[in-house]
Amino acid sequence: MGKAELCSDSARLRPLAGCSIDDTPNITTGVVELGISQNEQQSISDLVGQYKALPGALLPLLHAIQKQIGHVPDAAVPIIANGLNLSRAEVHGVISFYHDFKTTPVGRHTVQICRAEACQSMGSRALEAHAKQTLGIDYGETTTDGSVTLEPVYCLGNCACSPSVRINDDVFARVDAQRFDELVSGLSAEEGVAK
Amino acid sequence: MIFYIPQDTTALALGSEAVARALQTAGIEPVRNGSRGLFWLEPLLEVTTDQGRIAFGPVAAKDIPSIIDALASDPASHVLYQGEVAEIPYLKSQQRLTYARAGLGDPVCLDNYKSLNGFKGLKKALQMTAQQIVDQVKDSGLRGRGGAAFPAGIKWQTVHDAGKDGCQKYIVCNADEGDSGTFADRLVMEADPYQLIEGMIIAGLAVGADQGYIYLRSEYPLAHKLLNIAIDRAVQANFLGENIQGCGKTFHLEVRLGAGAYICGEETSLLESLEGKRGMVRAKPPLPAIEGLFGMPTVVNNVLTLAAISTILAEGAATYQNFGMGRSRGTLAIQLAGNIKCGGLIELAFGVTLREVVEDYGQGTYSGRPIRAIQVGGPLGAFLPESQWDTPMDYEAFAAIKAMIGHGGIVVFDDTADMAAQARFAMEFCVVESCGKCTPCRIGSVRGVEVIDRIVANENRDNNLILLHELCDTMEFGSLCAMGGMTPYPVRSALAHFPQDFLLQEAAGASLQDTAGASLQDTAGAASQETAAQGEN
Ligand SMILES: Cc1cc2nc3c(=O)[nH]c(=O)nc-3n(C[C@H](O)[C@H](O)[C@H](O)COP(=O)(O)O)c2cc1C
Ligand code: SF4
Ligand code: FES
Repeated sequence: MGKAELCSDSARLRPLAGCSIDDTPNITTGVVELGISQNEQQSISDLVGQYKALPGALLPLLHAIQKQIGHVPDAAVPIIANGLNLSRAEVHGVISFYHDFKTTPVGRHTVQICRAEACQSMGSRALEAHAKQTLGIDYGETTTDGSVTLEPVYCLGNCACSPSVRINDDVFARVDAQRFDELVSGLSAEEGVAK
Repeated sequence: MIFYIPQDTTALALGSEAVARALQTAGIEPVRNGSRGLFWLEPLLEVTTDQGRIAFGPVAAKDIPSIIDALASDPASHVLYQGEVAEIPYLKSQQRLTYARAGLGDPVCLDNYKSLNGFKGLKKALQMTAQQIVDQVKDSGLRGRGGAAFPAGIKWQTVHDAGKDGCQKYIVCNADEGDSGTFADRLVMEADPYQLIEGMIIAGLAVGADQGYIYLRSEYPLAHKLLNIAIDRAVQANFLGENIQGCGKTFHLEVRLGAGAYICGEETSLLESLEGKRGMVRAKPPLPAIEGLFGMPTVVNNVLTLAAISTILAEGAATYQNFGMGRSRGTLAIQLAGNIKCGGLIELAFGVTLREVVEDYGQGTYSGRPIRAIQVGGPLGAFLPESQWDTPMDYEAFAAIKAMIGHGGIVVFDDTADMAAQARFAMEFCVVESCGKCTPCRIGSVRGVEVIDRIVANENRDNNLILLHELCDTMEFGSLCAMGGMTPYPVRSALAHFPQDFLLQEAAGASLQDTAGASLQDTAGAASQETAAQGEN
């Protein structure tokens, strides 16, 4: 829900997913810069170099960073801003606008449940409740073993055979509670490969 | 015998990969075709035999041995036997122009595309002047399929005429397909991507643009993969790039991924996003046709609009415009979804009624219970009660009942649906997806959720109902785009037609129905705000 802060009222009520006050990166103390490894910093710089000549480079660049590192760390913002000749505020503004971009690490697998109307008509509300309960997490959170991050999604284009669930890049049709459990138990059992 | 097993998202979601593996285990290498969109039959296994191209479905991996046995003796004896594919009534009764090729073969195989009339339209376009191409599109009567239904030819003419000679222009394909209940764009991209590519090249020739972008939503990873393969192959075969087929013209094409934002389907927000910014809606004018991507004249068209272009050029404007009724010409990609027994893609000339689609094709609900409400046109579309199901699917006829066809998506709800919950969801969706530029939409939707909660909790109901109607008016008339402007449609229609779900007594319900119905009449007349806005185009 990266864009939530636009709706000022609801945003203030919404907890920041997956991070407590203590581990929130603190820009003034420079913790951010230390928040990522030398390697990660290097690969972000490399990607910036690779993309900066592309017209409208920011979205493809953010996707590339997220693919490589798993999220877009706050420490990437100044590197991107510098490389693309944008202000940090602009870069931050873009990252926070789009639901896809994560600023903190996510689980080894992303599980998205479709919340849109066609899936609702086939029981996705009950499925959502079941998923949250069995995984013991809410949307935007990651299971304690780090295997699964749960996300809402609004339509996967599989609406003729809903409810739909996406796990990483695979979509599953007609998912009920039992099928959900089968799909997810496979994920936590397996030794995770980084996305 | 050639075996086909689809690899589109829905077929895969229903297990077609396991079926393909089972075939391989049996020593058969299947062709991975695209789906025909008969999703209720997926995974649909097709086999070319002496009896023609026959089908089995829905097939699971465990059925493969028995199907192979049946093929050796009597295919029709198998319980999953569906007969000749082309004769399946659901498919046979359709009028397929855009989806004529879908499912026939490997979607990214260029030779397959060429053997099925592919690039016929482009070849003709290469013999024509830019103005002649634009005229063909005008004559076809094609209106944008993305929702606003603005005439494509007029938009193209504007871009054709805009800017100085040789100025940079762009073709942008809107492949954001964010509406619930829609998958027609996805099916084109996954089952017949070259058709879209061909349409975009023709658009480039028509308006003098040498660069195209497909803005694709990130929720479609398979379409992303297939489009990129198709573009690579088209470049290698010189259908894209410099000096296309030796004609001296250039067209480059690139896919750009969105990042999960419904509003980026709105064309100006999409352009901002393509430029690398937040997807904030721009005020119109200036129209994108005049000042679009990077400030340059830009055609923004939906996937289906651009896909139809190849057919129009190949078969002629007159052929295309012979389909349809009134001012809605050609065919409509109807997407049947939600609680429906036989969901899928149905391409028909405009004019079929909603009831025919839902009863004849859909065969009623998946749950077997009665249908209660139908939402057409995505999350901003009204909920239609049974009294409105005989409306023909035509832009004007839908506007007349204060509904919209939009992108042609139909979502069916059975009698267990709670319409107050659906009204609340419409507001909630707007909270999550508003671009945040204007207050009625950004704040109004948050308040809308709260007010509906209070109504359902029977807190000061009468006043809250008045408040909700006023809020809907404010959103409708005070919003910059249809996101805030049309969110009231599903809300008002739920209130008007399903008052009992808001715990309104029968009597109170009847009187409310009157007032709500009346206010719906007054305000929804501007059925598609966007149509009006685009009318300036
Ligand atoms: C909130 C909102 C969402 C939209 N989403 C889409 C979409 O997902 N796909 C699309 O083609 N058009 C969408 N549109 C319509 C576009 O703004 C635009 O009219 C369309 O892309 C023009 O192409 P066409 O003339 O070929 O229909 C949306 C409009 C609004 C207001
Ligand atoms: S109506 Fe909503 S989505 Fe549209 S411009 Fe205003 S705030 Fe943005
Ligand atoms: S509504 Fe869930 S996949 Fe489309």
